[in-house]
Amino acid sequence: MKLKSAFAGLALATAFAATPVMAADYVIDTEGAHASINFKIDHLGVSYVVGRFNEFTGTFSYDEKNPAASKVEVTIKMASIDSNHAERDRHVRSNDFLDVRRYAEARFVSTAYEDLGDGKANLKGNLTLMGQTRPIVIPVQKVGEGQDPWGGYRAGFTGTTALNLPDFGANFNLGPAAETVYLDLVVEGIRK
Amino acid sequence: MKFIRHAGNTPSAYGWVSILLHWVVALAVIGLYPLGLYIVSLSYYDPGYRLYPDIHRSLGILLAMLLVIRLVWKLLNPSPVLLVHSTWERLSAKAGHLLLYLLLGLVLFSGYMLSTADGRSIQVFDWFSVPAIPALANRQEELAGTVHFYAATGLVVLAGVHALAALKHHFIDQNATLRRMLGMTTEKD
Repeated sequence: MKLKSAFAGLALATAFAATPVMAADYVIDTEGAHASINFKIDHLGVSYVVGRFNEFTGTFSYDEKNPAASKVEVTIKMASIDSNHAERDRHVRSNDFLDVRRYAEARFVSTAYEDLGDGKANLKGNLTLMGQTRPIVIPVQKVGEGQDPWGGYRAGFTGTTALNLPDFGANFNLGPAAETVYLDLVVEGIRK
Repeated sequence: MKFIRHAGNTPSAYGWVSILLHWVVALAVIGLYPLGLYIVSLSYYDPGYRLYPDIHRSLGILLAMLLVIRLVWKLLNPSPVLLVHSTWERLSAKAGHLLLYLLLGLVLFSGYMLSTADGRSIQVFDWFSVPAIPALANRQEELAGTVHFYAATGLVVLAGVHALAALKHHFIDQNATLRRMLGMTTEKD
């Protein structure tokens, strides 16, 4: 009996040792609003309109010892677009622009995480926007990770990228410079 | 053809204040509805993309003020008796008029709620501005916009029924319903 349990313990320990370092899973802290999806788009070639998507959910896996195994998934509620102007946002939600009734969600699913060292990486993945899925690259920068003051563990990243809207079939009549939308992402996750 | 001269209503005829208020409101409703449809059809680079919504909002606020005056005037004045006699016609006339007022009120209120959803005020031409009510500015532009469209469509349809009913009274019943809203004196006067 004793021998048997010792054996089992040994087997268990071996199994653990054999398992590669598991990436920790994180939930993006939208609940506490420690994550934001911000955008910037040209206005008439003279300036920019800045806005954000207020509602989204997501998860990521990350282990600093094995960054290449990192994974990210984010789903954005398109109707939550907010450029701090009600009538404009309503127009942007309409079928003149984002058509949020038809394309209620945008989704990003990562396919690769190219670690560039020093906390920098290229996050590659597929973005589905307005029903069209295209590969995109988001240069990201790890900000930090560690214990939070309330018994949890957090990790955070920032990322910026630019999307060419016509690639997603979005041909808005807003001028040539407004074909590019700049995304500014701030993501903080709480380890599950 | 003779026209009435009194400003206030009498038990049998509308005074010119009521008549004027009726037709100005009618004109505003008939004008604002297609203007609204035209506005949502405009693209961003259209020269009227900003001008026409400004006019629409301004006229809407003025119409709301006029509606308040009209309701006060209505309360202060006797309503001329209905010229129809059958029960169903009396009931549907009263219900129809009440619904016209309710829909108009709803269109104006939802328009206000749409344009002030983010706390912005409504500029009425360059004369004055109507502030948002902070407690009511909760980014309700989607609901307000939907209500605004359907209530306005309902209002225009009902106004059409209202006009057809007036024509029916004029040509079929041959009573003074339409004439007295045009300020024409009836034989009884």
